[in-house]
Amino acid sequence: MKLRATTEGRLTQALLIALALAFLAFFLLLPLVAVFSEALKAGIGAFVAAIATPDAWAAIKLTLLIAAISVPLNVVFGIAASWAITKFSFPGKSLLITLIDLPFSVSPVVSGLIFVLLFGANGLFGHWLAEHDLKIIFAVPGIVLATVFITFPFVARELIPLMMEQGKDDEEAALSLGASGWQTFWHVTLPNIRWGLLYGVLLCNARAMGEFGAVSVVSGHIRGETNTMPLHVEILYNEYDFVGAFAVASLLAGLALVTLVAKSVLEWRFDLHSGAKH
Amino acid sequence: MSSTTFPPPTARARTWRKPSVLPGFALTFGTTIGWLSLIVLIPIATIFLKAAGMGWRHFLEVGFSDRALAAYRLSFGTAAAAGLVNAVFGLLVAWVLVRYAFPGKKVVSALVDLPFALPTAVAGIALTALYSPNGWIGQFLDPLGIKVAFTPLGITIALVFIGLPFVVRSVEPVLADLGKDVEEAAATLGASRSQTFARVIFPAIGPALLTGFAMAFARGVGEYGSVIFISGNMPGKTEIAPLLIVTQLEQYAYEGATAIAVVMMLVSFGILLAINALQAAGRRRMGA
Repeated sequence: MKLRATTEGRLTQALLIALALAFLAFFLLLPLVAVFSEALKAGIGAFVAAIATPDAWAAIKLTLLIAAISVPLNVVFGIAASWAITKFSFPGKSLLITLIDLPFSVSPVVSGLIFVLLFGANGLFGHWLAEHDLKIIFAVPGIVLATVFITFPFVARELIPLMMEQGKDDEEAALSLGASGWQTFWHVTLPNIRWGLLYGVLLCNARAMGEFGAVSVVSGHIRGETNTMPLHVEILYNEYDFVGAFAVASLLAGLALVTLVAKSVLEWRFDLHSGAKH
Repeated sequence: MSSTTFPPPTARARTWRKPSVLPGFALTFGTTIGWLSLIVLIPIATIFLKAAGMGWRHFLEVGFSDRALAAYRLSFGTAAAAGLVNAVFGLLVAWVLVRYAFPGKKVVSALVDLPFALPTAVAGIALTALYSPNGWIGQFLDPLGIKVAFTPLGITIALVFIGLPFVVRSVEPVLADLGKDVEEAAATLGASRSQTFARVIFPAIGPALLTGFAMAFARGVGEYGSVIFISGNMPGKTEIAPLLIVTQLEQYAYEGATAIAVVMMLVSFGILLAINALQAAGRRRMGA
């Protein structure tokens, strides 16, 4: 009797690989190449000129500022949440994890809308804010809020499975040897989770810098003031300044590439899982 | 030294959670609940309260207007179409990555995550440039009478881009865990390769594939940045639901925006619940 195969023939394998690679080249690689190609279409001089405008600089600086505020906030939250969830057992834990993941299932536009309804001119606190001369919507605080909301689960969902796996033996040992709670955290837990934490920070940062929908709703698109890089790309594109739009876009694409490389290095070197991320 | 630098657990906490020697429960649990409420729960509750305040009739009127219905049909339809494309090709990509060896595999695997890392607006303008009638791909499709940019087809292509990693990354681990032994057993018992795939492999990865589809679908329904450049944004024709929310907001039609947002959120939460149920079913099936 002929032995039944447990894998495909070489030809089938080659065909399937070719089909998968063609699909990826067509749908993923080509758009990426297009960004850089369009940005450099009019030469390197035009590219540099497009990035060196004051509005582009203001957008770059604002994007960095937003990430510098929202990423640390999510790091603190992510560590606190995963400590509470993985080191203790209490009822309602899976509900809590679901609630932390909630922002992933909300459309970015809706994420912006909820803050407009709270803090906008006609919002719940709009009147009070106006009386006290405070501005959240169409200003930097609104952009930070929307970004923190959008990136809320990133660090926590990276740390929870990792710390769950590591258990709490190390911490218990440190405590029984006389370390304080904070000492245990700084010298035992943090070194254990640092690469997973870095992984979460990486993804959180990429999304914080690249968020478009939510930020677009709360920003008001004021040039030089509340325009982040993705919003600046949109404005330039809608003004038919394609070289400018793609020049700024290529910076963001560069950030995406750096993120992917760093993420892959972390996965290979430290054997971090690569589950579905947003 | 003792562990007194962390606040001691409160008396109430001690009654409902299991005792632990580790400190910091009150601090970390309090931070988690407080920050979660402030950033996520209260803001989301606000929109439901606002919708409840509109009254049923008005809510239905603006939330299910002809224009809104056309937008839902477009958003859900294109997201479903893109999800199906991704279910097929995502499975293929995951299969090739897990089962076969070929040069550059690590780079290909890293590339799969590009849609998670690339800002959506960048993807949006790149896809529009590719598929517009004089773009790299559009110039070949245009003479054939295939219009991609500014049609539902263009929206679907953008959502295929956005959704692919969800399917690949949810199928990959299950496929990797699926031991060769069950396939060998099937082959020993006389199953052909296609029979093994249909009867043994496919049922095992089914829940993961469905989860990936649901995640890609949910993301596609709410997607904004990558779609608005390629969609053309014609009311009733190529206007997706998230864009309709933005349009309503720009016209200060807060109630319209709220009603549409609430409809979309209820659908998204429904999908989320379904995903959780699926994963629970998958775990039971795998006997874990």
